[in-house]
Amino acid sequence: MATVTFEGAQRWYPGADKPAVPGIDLEINDGEFMVLVGPSGCGKSTTLRMLAGLEEVNAGKIYIGDREITHTPPKDRDIAMVFQNYALYPHMSVADNMGFALKMAKVPTEERRKRVEEAARILGLTDYLDRKPKALSGGQRQRVAMGRAIVRSPQVFCMDEPLSNLDAKMRVQTRTDIAKLQADLGVTTVYVTHDQVEAMTMGDRVAVMKEGILQQVDSPLRLYDKPVNLFVAGFIGSPQMNLIEATAADGHAKIGEYLVPVDPTAAKTMQGRITVGVRPEAWRLVSAEQGGLPVQVTVVEELGSDAFVYGTSGVEGTPHNIIVRVSGRDKVRKGETIHVTTDPENVHVFDTDTGERLSD
Amino acid sequence: MGRTVRYLLLLAFAAFFLLPLVALLDFSTTDLRTGDRTGAAWASLVEDPTLTEAIRTSLLLAALTVVGMVVLLVPTMVWVRLRVPRATRLVEFLCLLPLTIPALVIVVGLSNVYAWVDYLVGDSPLTLAFVYVVLVLPYAYRSIDVALSAIDSTTLSEAARSLGAGWTTVITRVVVPNIWPGVLGAAFISVALVLGEFTVASLLNFDTLPVVLVLLQKSDAPASMAAALASILFAALLLVGLSLLDRRPTSRRN
Repeated sequence: MATVTFEGAQRWYPGADKPAVPGIDLEINDGEFMVLVGPSGCGKSTTLRMLAGLEEVNAGKIYIGDREITHTPPKDRDIAMVFQNYALYPHMSVADNMGFALKMAKVPTEERRKRVEEAARILGLTDYLDRKPKALSGGQRQRVAMGRAIVRSPQVFCMDEPLSNLDAKMRVQTRTDIAKLQADLGVTTVYVTHDQVEAMTMGDRVAVMKEGILQQVDSPLRLYDKPVNLFVAGFIGSPQMNLIEATAADGHAKIGEYLVPVDPTAAKTMQGRITVGVRPEAWRLVSAEQGGLPVQVTVVEELGSDAFVYGTSGVEGTPHNIIVRVSGRDKVRKGETIHVTTDPENVHVFDTDTGERLSD
Repeated sequence: MGRTVRYLLLLAFAAFFLLPLVALLDFSTTDLRTGDRTGAAWASLVEDPTLTEAIRTSLLLAALTVVGMVVLLVPTMVWVRLRVPRATRLVEFLCLLPLTIPALVIVVGLSNVYAWVDYLVGDSPLTLAFVYVVLVLPYAYRSIDVALSAIDSTTLSEAARSLGAGWTTVITRVVVPNIWPGVLGAAFISVALVLGEFTVASLLNFDTLPVVLVLLQKSDAPASMAAALASILFAALLLVGLSLLDRRPTSRRN
């Protein structure tokens, strides 16, 4: 078991005009499940590969526990990596694949067999030990890849989008399996994904990255409730947070003619152009007489328990799309105009120019 | 296309390929004076010292060439693919070069080199293996390159390294087993090429099988034909054998 520490770790690909990761500082606690999330090209995989030793570190340092491993060859780092395409060895049986790391470590045959069988039992692979990876389904291959990592009992698991090649149903199931397994084993895990749902559901903490720079490292709920900037606000949450351009006006945010109440902290600091963020579920339906933002409904997604209403507001300068979550029993129809409002504590205020959060 | 047409085509092709072989067999087993059947020509394959020596030389050359090619090419290609992909074009160009230079031109250049080879390592015909390793490069390169492209060697090697394997282990335990069919293919092509190469051997005055066959044709035609047929059959057997080897289940439980 170990902590992982990045100290200004930089990766600059030869020939690139700027570093892929200019310098990342991140502390991962012992036994923690840390998810690195961000759009493609944000440097999350590069960061993980620096930890795994598959990418050279151009500046800064990386520690596992107290041991500096910045320039240690990957084989001596005591990590195990799980890849998106699993990278199982096609010429070896499942048992040999899972036992590979132990063979490298010159573990005696008998103990190797025992540990492989133990991992296979945990993962439900006992019946497949003699098969070749070719003869397995996608989900089973994924489990073999996990098994290969588990058998090694490393200090750190590095997982690079291990669920991306699975179909939607399998992904949801495997997601919980991995989270449970990690909790049981208590091995520090760094998990890379571009899927914010995976990040939110699996991570103890989530690190949101953009263009090689950490935006926010926090628990999933804190990320959702207090995004530090516009990028995090827009990235975390599905459907997306409504981000509406507004101007600061005397303790309120002014969207066209409508005044949106904001929290006291934001009211004090905001000025000029601001962006107001409201989660789809934070809107309340009100009648036309009570005022509120009019929304012309274009699409209604009925999910049974609730429904997402997509619409455009009649107000000049507001975004094309406003998303409102309503109860599945509120009959909202396409073409209608609804009125919505919200409460100050549900309004996130951001500075439009810097993207910084102004609300509490 | 009808069944009949297909069979007719098959028959036509079979005739095209097999007739010359049947003719070879017929000619090499006929006593030219009496017209009777005789095994004398085939017996000479193992009895005629010139011929047996040439066969031995060619087989040894084939083996040496295969070993040289594998030792030279496999690690180079794996290393280039994993570590210096920038050099891919250069290596490919160098490997294809022998194909673009006519054999005669190569020999003219080689005769100078071989004066030195002669001086340094002796005048054994086996020194031809140096040239043959170069001559088989284009074909062997293709075969191994296809096999390497078929596997995700980069990710496989990264997986192995993160699981505690060093570079040597990565190459011997992970990459090579997966490109084995390609290496076998390269080996086979090399053997076939060495057994059939005439120009270089003849012009450098080495007595390999093809050279002796041509000489023999003038003195003892049936024996030459027998040897030709035998070398064709040997190559065919080798091909079948290698393809069977390739298909054999490779699983080994420890």
